[in-house]
Amino acid sequence: MSQLVSTIINNDSVEFACEAHETLLEVLRDRLGLTGAKEGCGTGDCGACSVILDGALVCSCLVLGAEAQDRNIETVEGMADGAKLHPLQTKFLEHAALQCGICTPGFLIAAKALLTNNPDPTEEEIRYALAGNLCRCTGYDKIVRAVQDAAKQMRRA
Amino acid sequence: MTYDTQFTGQTFKSVGTRPLRPDGIDKVTGRARYGADYNLPGQLTGLILRSPHAHARIKKIDTRKAEKLKGVKAVITSTDLPDLTDGDSELFDILDNCMARKKVFYDGHAVAAVAAIDAKTARAALKLIKVDYQVLSHVTDVDEATKPKAPLLHRNCFTEGIEPKPAKASNIASRSEFGHGDVEVGFEQADVVVERNFKTEQTHQGYIEPHACVASFGPDGSAEMWVCTQGHFTFRQQCAALLGMPLSKLRVTSTEIGGGFGGKTHIWAEPVALALSRKANRPVKLVMSREEVFRASGPTSATSIDIKIGVKKDGTITAADAVLRYSNGPYPGVWAMLGAMTSFACYDLKNVRTVGLEVLVNRPKTTAYRAPSAPMAAFAVESMVDELADKIGMDPVAFRIKNAAKEGTKSSYGPVYGPIGIGPTLEAARKHPHMKAKLGKNQGRGMACGFWFNFGGQTCADLNIAVDGSVTLTVGTIDVGGARASLALVAAEELGIDYDDVKAVVGDTASLGHNDMTDGSRGTFSSSMAAIMAARNAIEELKNRAAKMWEIPVKNVIWEDGHAKAKGRGKKYAKLAPLSLADIAAETPNTGGPIAGYSELVADGAGVSFATHICDVEVDPETGRTQVVRYTVIQDAGKAVHPTYVEGQYQGGAAQGIGWALNEEYIYGADGRLQNPGFLDYRIPVCSDLPMIDTQILEIPNPNHPYGVRGVGETSIVPPLAAIANAVSDAVDVRMTHVPMSAPRILKALKTEH
Repeated sequence: MSQLVSTIINNDSVEFACEAHETLLEVLRDRLGLTGAKEGCGTGDCGACSVILDGALVCSCLVLGAEAQDRNIETVEGMADGAKLHPLQTKFLEHAALQCGICTPGFLIAAKALLTNNPDPTEEEIRYALAGNLCRCTGYDKIVRAVQDAAKQMRRA
Repeated sequence: MTYDTQFTGQTFKSVGTRPLRPDGIDKVTGRARYGADYNLPGQLTGLILRSPHAHARIKKIDTRKAEKLKGVKAVITSTDLPDLTDGDSELFDILDNCMARKKVFYDGHAVAAVAAIDAKTARAALKLIKVDYQVLSHVTDVDEATKPKAPLLHRNCFTEGIEPKPAKASNIASRSEFGHGDVEVGFEQADVVVERNFKTEQTHQGYIEPHACVASFGPDGSAEMWVCTQGHFTFRQQCAALLGMPLSKLRVTSTEIGGGFGGKTHIWAEPVALALSRKANRPVKLVMSREEVFRASGPTSATSIDIKIGVKKDGTITAADAVLRYSNGPYPGVWAMLGAMTSFACYDLKNVRTVGLEVLVNRPKTTAYRAPSAPMAAFAVESMVDELADKIGMDPVAFRIKNAAKEGTKSSYGPVYGPIGIGPTLEAARKHPHMKAKLGKNQGRGMACGFWFNFGGQTCADLNIAVDGSVTLTVGTIDVGGARASLALVAAEELGIDYDDVKAVVGDTASLGHNDMTDGSRGTFSSSMAAIMAARNAIEELKNRAAKMWEIPVKNVIWEDGHAKAKGRGKKYAKLAPLSLADIAAETPNTGGPIAGYSELVADGAGVSFATHICDVEVDPETGRTQVVRYTVIQDAGKAVHPTYVEGQYQGGAAQGIGWALNEEYIYGADGRLQNPGFLDYRIPVCSDLPMIDTQILEIPNPNHPYGVRGVGETSIVPPLAAIANAVSDAVDVRMTHVPMSAPRILKALKTEH
């Protein structure tokens, strides 16, 4: 039995129908065509499905679609302002903070959540804030540098 | 094909710069489409039923109830993938691994599959399939499997490579041997001989993207497939062979790939998705869960390695001997052979022998994992090299430099080396500030070397010049981490135009001739060679067109700095201003039509690769927990085409090696079931586990590549296991012989030895 859910995704009002067992990740990907969030594990261990829900970083595979009612959701698709990339997106490109790129949407969202709460994080704070996001390609070095650089630029802005 | 081998002083305009990658915007905005991001109209959801047993005979599979469930469109078993392999045992093993026939050989082995209108229905259908198993005794440990009374996986497995053929079947599928000289004589000459057994546990490539494909089979027998793969041409070849269809009728498109590291060089779900689609006559999407990825795909070998090395007091290694047992899963492979070939490749040895034993166990079919088999062998050898240096009172770097292979050395696996980087990486390590930095309490430093062959292989590329002068380079090797940027740089270099005017794309199997997989660190090496040749062919045609436009003989046209220039005497030539590539392209409709450069080649001469790593660790003596506090990678790249992505390869390989060294392992219960098929319990390094990873790129040109390029992707995972083991040994004075050096294992070693 489906239920109708009204929510806000990337500042757009969205309505969708979903069954009680469907996760927010399934809804985003399979019902709404927002495939930027990825399923790496489905158990909340890899962070590839990270989204921001009412300002909090969550794994969308651990949230039910029905829980999105009257909530505010930010996904990677909403990070850029039209053609203008978010500083994190720009810095990830400049630092080559991605190789295969499958974890990148999750890292960008997690880093955005971090910098919203802490605009001037230490390296250690960055590393712990991103510890819920797995990357198998980069060894994290260039990701941490990209976040440091983006934070610097955002503080100046 | 011969190439210019004069590299000294070769200067580059584009190669060696660090532009943004062409696929970058899509990947930071969520637009890039990976395997699971593809969908087709009318698509069904496919799911696979897997064995809960490590070893069992399949007595009967009853699918009738599942077939009757509303919304189920196809149910298949091995009878829907009949054996068409015609005596090709390797292909048969692939088939049997994709869908078990008489027996299941590991926990997670596929036995049946369904396609249904949605995932919920497919899941319900799986529960309705009844499989009647006769459970057999099993063996998962590599050493246990070699014992005479071990449960046999295959009754007809008689060790190959032994004369005469053994009379008794065993789990040792084959034996290989490499080396030269006489090790017994060598050991007699030694002042010190050390002998030890080393063990490494099985690890998974751990790519974040699970295997995913969409298959669409038409009633005319043609099919299309979108799949995350390291080699869509090879996938096509194998799938077509298993499904009994001509290659031309199966078109495969490689999606963006979310990591592979060797793990996406094998087919698992793809023939199943195709067979489901064929039966249901609708597109089928099949995506593995993370649990399935761990239980049924990957992993690398678990190993047990005996090493014996003899040295003189002056530091000369007189003999080196190794027996390497590598688990292969249930089907014979070449994993111990690769271990045997790579073991002593860093050294110049008079007497060396390595023996590889391929051991069959009730675990998933072993798959390539980044420099497959080399890290384990290097762990054993480089740990012992450190121990020997210590025993004779020599600095470990100096000891390695003394014995390092060089140009002209006959390698332990046969070939004689050309110009190589082992000596230079060791010299760079010796001079590196990291080696002199002060260590804190409970900290230790280790270093180790690593080798990988690198590979070339069949390659085909197509370079098209558009009428506006922009260029599309179509390659057939998958881009696993920035290769399109590197290949566009190479094409721009050769044509003499801007990087931004070249767009590199990966073509599907219908658009190019066969390309081998992106494996063996060959992607940028081989496709850059093809791109250079394609560009050179295009330049010949550009010169023809310029000659036509100028009405002069083509022999009087040269190509320089992205322009055709007229070389000749007289007023006429003086007036001919250079024509840019864009000038010539604009006139192509009038001078003979489009211009394309094409290249098809076997990229021979992939230069071998060496690295030296330095590592500092801190070991907590209370808990045994080890933290890597500093890490440096020094590796020869031949020529770094895009240095930032070369650094990325160095860092990524080191990080995977750190995970392998300290934490990652497949844990099987006594019941033969995998106990940690998830990222929570199979813990790969997270951001807070690692320090920054410093890199130093050395460039010792590969004489077989026009720009001197060597593959760079794999070698970086070879030294870390040993480098970290040596650092741990330095920190707590315990020689670790079992990887991963997890906290409990270190604690146990501390208690035993102290």
